[in-house]
Amino acid sequence: MFDYEQYLRKSKMPLIWCAGCGDGIVMKAMLRAIHKLQIAKDDICMVSGIGCSSRLPGYLDFNTLHTTHGRAITFATGIKMVKPELHVIVITGDGDATAIGGNHFIHAARRNIDLTVILFNNHIYGMTGGQVSPTTPFTKHASTAPYGNIENPFDISGLAAAAGASFVARATAYNAIQLEKLIQKAIEKKGFSVVEAMTPCPTTYGRRNREGTGVDMLLYQKDNSVPVAKANKMDAEELQGKIVTGVLVDREKAECRQEYQNLLDHFSKEGEVDS
Amino acid sequence: MATSRTRILSGNEACAEGALAAGVRFFGGYPITPSSEIAEELSRKLPRHGGIFIQMEDEIASIGSVIGASIAGSKAMTATSGPGFSLMQENIGYACMAEIPCVIVNVMRGGPSTGLPTMPSQGDVMQARWGTHGDHPIIALAPFSVRETFDLTIRAFNLTEAFRIPVVLLLDEIIGHVNEKLTFPDPEEIRVVERKSGRKINGQDYLPYRVTESGVPPMVSFGEGARYHITGLAHDETGFPTNDPEKIDQLLRRLNSKLDAHRDEIVEVEYSNMDDAEIGLVAYGSTARSARYAVRSAREKGIAAGLIRPRTLWPFADREIGAYADQVKAWIVPEMNLGQIATQVECASRFSRPVHRINRVDGNPINPVDILKKIEDLV
Amino acid sequence: MSFRYEIRLSGEGGQGLVLAGKILAEAAAIYDDLNATQSQSYGPEARGGASRSEVIISDEDIDYPKAVDIDLLLALTQESVDKYYQDVKEDGVIVVDEDNIKQLPTGPFKVHKVPVIRLARENLGRALVANIVALGVIARISKVVSEDALKKAIEARVPKGTEELNLKAFETGMKAYSEIE
Repeated sequence: MFDYEQYLRKSKMPLIWCAGCGDGIVMKAMLRAIHKLQIAKDDICMVSGIGCSSRLPGYLDFNTLHTTHGRAITFATGIKMVKPELHVIVITGDGDATAIGGNHFIHAARRNIDLTVILFNNHIYGMTGGQVSPTTPFTKHASTAPYGNIENPFDISGLAAAAGASFVARATAYNAIQLEKLIQKAIEKKGFSVVEAMTPCPTTYGRRNREGTGVDMLLYQKDNSVPVAKANKMDAEELQGKIVTGVLVDREKAECRQEYQNLLDHFSKEGEVDS
Repeated sequence: MATSRTRILSGNEACAEGALAAGVRFFGGYPITPSSEIAEELSRKLPRHGGIFIQMEDEIASIGSVIGASIAGSKAMTATSGPGFSLMQENIGYACMAEIPCVIVNVMRGGPSTGLPTMPSQGDVMQARWGTHGDHPIIALAPFSVRETFDLTIRAFNLTEAFRIPVVLLLDEIIGHVNEKLTFPDPEEIRVVERKSGRKINGQDYLPYRVTESGVPPMVSFGEGARYHITGLAHDETGFPTNDPEKIDQLLRRLNSKLDAHRDEIVEVEYSNMDDAEIGLVAYGSTARSARYAVRSAREKGIAAGLIRPRTLWPFADREIGAYADQVKAWIVPEMNLGQIATQVECASRFSRPVHRINRVDGNPINPVDILKKIEDLV
Repeated sequence: MSFRYEIRLSGEGGQGLVLAGKILAEAAAIYDDLNATQSQSYGPEARGGASRSEVIISDEDIDYPKAVDIDLLLALTQESVDKYYQDVKEDGVIVVDEDNIKQLPTGPFKVHKVPVIRLARENLGRALVANIVALGVIARISKVVSEDALKKAIEARVPKGTEELNLKAFETGMKAYSEIE
């Protein structure tokens, strides 16, 4: 049995998450991944924005920073640039990272700074009561889409890939083993890494869209997940409504903090301070 | 004679030099006229000083990166102008609430909105005080020369590191772009304040928002073993969110009381010819130069005019001005806005004498001749 | 007796007036140990458009860094002379580019016509150094900054490799003024 307690701030419990929420599954997968990598707690800095998932760092015994809505990546960028030896992990949601924080998300990917983003995608603004988000599927209902969503959703992993991230992967809360492995790879990867964790929100999304309990929603994930290798052989129509899981992007490219280090090393060798 | 320590440079360049002298090690910013020279200077110099320069995707990201860098232990700053300053406001409030030291330079240009990008203004004075929501402490300084820009940039870092309150350095386009002589002081003469840390504090016992006598808790950087929590939510001494009214009240009052407790250390004022002044001028930034010119001219004509020049705009020099409330017969407040500080002067002088405004919002500086005319009209 | 000397350099963007102003300020403040401020007003565009650079020189602290009563106005375009001649004080001096300014201002001030742009182009082969030719003229008229200080400031501020050309331009300007006087 894995000892989660070594990473928890138990005095901060109970969690704010609802029964049936998938966020706890993602958190546990992440803790197992961190444990496998044997990273000291002092060396982890966890930065979040605003929303249900962004409350996560408060429960964990790391250096934890709960920032403003959408801006976690910007704070994380400052920390990483100053202390590159820290593992900086950003905890964010679909609304936090791709609506209000969308600009920061794509620019961090372009810059390819060595951050690990765990993006909890539950298709909804849960904390504020179920408003429509940038990933709410077309026609689905939300408190601010009472007649069904008339907008098209983002493909978050596709967005991260197109913007230049080094590593992009997607997994479901249902498949927690895969999630753990992908998070481990993402932390190990030097460069901007995104794991899109699909997580059910039965309270504000499932109920309104008649998708059942948390368990029902997890089973839906199970039935509709397609591994990326298989998905590559399917056409767009067949992929409709499917969740493509696995490593979507894994590439080597210049990482911005390392490039800056090269500059610092160059000048410190030169020994020249003023000009 | 010329020495290597005397140079002609602009206010923006002096700001960058002052920041380096104060030990800045992080700049995150976004280009905007008329502040960009500060970023350009530091992009060249910071890597040579072992510091970080990063151009972010917008001003929201800039101030976010600055707060992150400060939490990681660096003296950190950004520089912008009106539109960018507007974008930064939410995270400035975060820095006030979470008590993260940082310096925000605003080289004021004409507003509102895109306004007058290349022309001077002092229209952001009230925004510097109340730009972000909620009751919060803030410090704002306004230099009136290139040399003073150098000095007050250092002071901005010293104040923010000492009190864990964000400091806004309000330049205006004239001060940012005027070129004049600056003789650099010896590095040993420069007083540099470092934040009180608590490296020796045993990790788990570190209380990040402990109530101390000074009102300022020591600050341990992330990565030094304290593993604590920082949030913009109302929090207790541990740093974790709280809904306990008593603890919330204690936090808000402590945050704001830092200004009261240290007010006299923070507020700096320069007086010229005030001893026997019957006409009192209050002016700051580049406008203070017009005012001083007018006061000198008035004195040459035998008129008892004097000038109070707040170097610190927030907290406001109300006591210093109030001390002359009964002595002067009238006040004149020239400003490149429609009277933002004039109202403060009315309050500070308890409405005992009329406060005459000279305002310009057309992108031009206030001509000393216009101030002199007003002085003569009042005599 | 203390003094305050105000110079406004005016023309169009790209004529090097800001650099000329900085050289003047540097010569006065660094090499002659006076005080000086240089400021400019400019539009959003990087090239073209009206350009104005102001230098205030004094032996005491300079309060207002902009011109109030101009001692010396340099105008390289008709537009700039029309716009600014009224700001020149009664015993002030206006230097205009002889070829560009057809209509001379009238007033109590003195007006000198010097073909600074033509001298730069024909005698020195580079219209670009007209600003330094103008500095030579200004040096002889104003006498507030020493010629020696100006030479040092020119050498320090102009691009490397062009020092000789620029010093020649400066001499050309001084000589041109001496001839018209």
